[in-house]
Amino acid sequence: MSRETVEEFRARARAWLAENAPRRAADGDDSEDAGATSGIAAQRAFQARLYDAGFVGITWPAEYGGQGLTNAEQIAFSEEARHFSLPVGAFIIGLGMPGPTILECGSEEQKKRYLPPMLRGEEIWCQLFSEPGAGSDVASLQASAVRDGDTWILNGQKVWTSGAQYSDFGAVLARTDPAQPKHGGISMFIVDMHAPGVTVRPLRVATGHAPFNEVFFDNVRLDSGALIGAENKGWDAAVVMLRNERIAIGSMTGSRNNPLGFEVLRELAVKLDRAGDPVVRRRLAELYARERAVALFARLLREEAMAGQPPGARGSVAKLAGAELGAFAVRVAMDVLGDAVAATSTDELAAVVVSMVAVPGGAIAGGTNEIQRNIIGERVLGLAKDPGVDRSTPFNQLRVGTQKKKQ
Amino acid sequence: MSLVLNAEEESLRDSVRRFVADRSPIPAIRKLIDSGQAYDGAVWQQLAGQLGLASLLIPEEYGGSGAGHSAMTVALTELGAGLVPSPLLASGVLAAGLLLRLGDEQASQDLLPGIASGELVATVALGGAGHPAVAAGGTATEPRLTGEVSPVLNGAEADVLLIGVHGGAVYRVDGDAAGLTREPLTSTDHTRALARIVLDDTPARPLAGDGPAALAAAADLANLALAAEQCGAMAACLAMTSEYARLRVAFGQPIGAFQAVKHRLADMETAWELARAALRAAATSADADPDRFSADASVARLLASGPYFTAAADTIQLHGGIGFTWEHDAHLYYKNALAGQVLLGTPGDQLDRLATTLGV
Repeated sequence: MSRETVEEFRARARAWLAENAPRRAADGDDSEDAGATSGIAAQRAFQARLYDAGFVGITWPAEYGGQGLTNAEQIAFSEEARHFSLPVGAFIIGLGMPGPTILECGSEEQKKRYLPPMLRGEEIWCQLFSEPGAGSDVASLQASAVRDGDTWILNGQKVWTSGAQYSDFGAVLARTDPAQPKHGGISMFIVDMHAPGVTVRPLRVATGHAPFNEVFFDNVRLDSGALIGAENKGWDAAVVMLRNERIAIGSMTGSRNNPLGFEVLRELAVKLDRAGDPVVRRRLAELYARERAVALFARLLREEAMAGQPPGARGSVAKLAGAELGAFAVRVAMDVLGDAVAATSTDELAAVVVSMVAVPGGAIAGGTNEIQRNIIGERVLGLAKDPGVDRSTPFNQLRVGTQKKKQ
Repeated sequence: MSLVLNAEEESLRDSVRRFVADRSPIPAIRKLIDSGQAYDGAVWQQLAGQLGLASLLIPEEYGGSGAGHSAMTVALTELGAGLVPSPLLASGVLAAGLLLRLGDEQASQDLLPGIASGELVATVALGGAGHPAVAAGGTATEPRLTGEVSPVLNGAEADVLLIGVHGGAVYRVDGDAAGLTREPLTSTDHTRALARIVLDDTPARPLAGDGPAALAAAADLANLALAAEQCGAMAACLAMTSEYARLRVAFGQPIGAFQAVKHRLADMETAWELARAALRAAATSADADPDRFSADASVARLLASGPYFTAAADTIQLHGGIGFTWEHDAHLYYKNALAGQVLLGTPGDQLDRLATTLGV
């Protein structure tokens, strides 16, 4: 049997999606809210069908449940899937971050045990890095894992965890050697989110919704196979994971359903009889231009990756550009909506205002704009690093987060 | 078509880059500026003859290579990076593009082979936002033009001027025509020659074809070509300024370690990446997706012109005092960016035009 060509694969994906995938998210879908788990069963069912049809884990090796195909097939599928709203939100984190990290750094046993059910949506994953005292400076994290025989005892608090309320497993960073400088004493573990001592609490944000969680670990036992990669080498794996996160976030902008996108705001300008205003016209044209450039840059990165040139730190350019586009769109929406921004009378206007309120979060999540600029300056342009007074000091002698000075 | 350059385009980029470094480095351009010449004739001959840059948009039947817009933007990017003065934009892009769109067979046969070889320099009097202040008169057999257009790219040097008049028709006026006055202007950008064209009952030949559509197409080509030059120039500013931030030490460390410097450079890098992606998309739609071209060319110009001006201003600022001296190249880029923002349509004109294209 000869191998399917990329175009044949694309045609098969197009046909399957047309038959099986919804064009838009169902109205009233509240699976974004951390309190809600109602959509999860339906998402699992869809993911299983998507997997069985051969469209999940496209580039992952076949021995771990993947399709063993190339970036070309992945890009073809993503391009076809863009016209649909696939109910697979619960799996984006696992397949985008912990999954690739286990593939790259995990043991053979871990890959065989965890990757196939992750792909088929039978087990959902979350990622546990940020802490109240460790955001931009994630490496100053204080959650600890202390050895007990060939197991570990995990204690501490994580924050900004998407999907923790319905996750089965998490990839967690914890400090395993506080006597080493901060980057050197961190390890990455697999934690069973159903284990005793794990508490998940929804985290309400500025929009009033709770799309994230706080997670508390109180003497949670991690078994001997929980360590991803080597002990005290967790930071290397974390860097791999954060890089994947930035590319994922940077390419999420510009969707047709985005309430702050050109299409939606143009329609609103017409409805509100403001499209003829010369200032509004210019603002909308500029929004179109910026939105298209961000989308084109994401496409350029994909095409370069396909041609064998991985994006590396330029994923940070995509992330920063996406966040800045959001901030600009808020100003355009102000001109389009006028005083409706102050008080909304329809659901459509309310959706725009909620997005306007949500935008500042995009400039923080996945690494703040300022951190992205550091990465671009240092890793793309080769500028000198910050002096980093904390790089060589043992962690237990550092002041971190909002701790008072040590005596 | 791909946004990534193919092997042929990469090789064209490399040859133009080498040519600019060898034959038209900035010290040579400074001498040229001091001499008062619009461009170096020998450099132009080689750009057109040896590298074939004036022939890229022109089909083989008219003596061109028909390589296309993508190749042209690759070449212009490198010329823009080096601020190389040449009539390529006026002649090989705008005049060639206008003639091809008009489709006046006789005029194409008369002019395009010369434009392709570089032996003939033509220009287009586009004038500000597409409101030419030139009126056609005379008789059907002896048409005459009267009026004024300014600023016109290479208007004082061109052998042939293509002029849009009230009502949208396009006329050809020869450089030695009676009643034609060409006054070189004091150009803010030392590397771009501009002139005022005054026509006083000047003999002209009307060109067949859809004038308004062809003039609009020339305006789109102007956006594409200026965006290409500006992307190249932005890359030059970025390279120059990041190198300086790596080398220059203050307060005991390279200045690039300070976030006030680092973050501005990161913004410059981000702006350049976006402009470059938009440019590549516009170049590929010019060749393969004509319905998208006008909007894509506007997007490319908007993403290049304004951000390039910011990059050029930041280049001076991040260099500090040395960047404000005459000897430093930063002011050449700053002036090029300043004039490039408003040439053939201000940013406001561009936004209005894009809004119209998008149906807003």
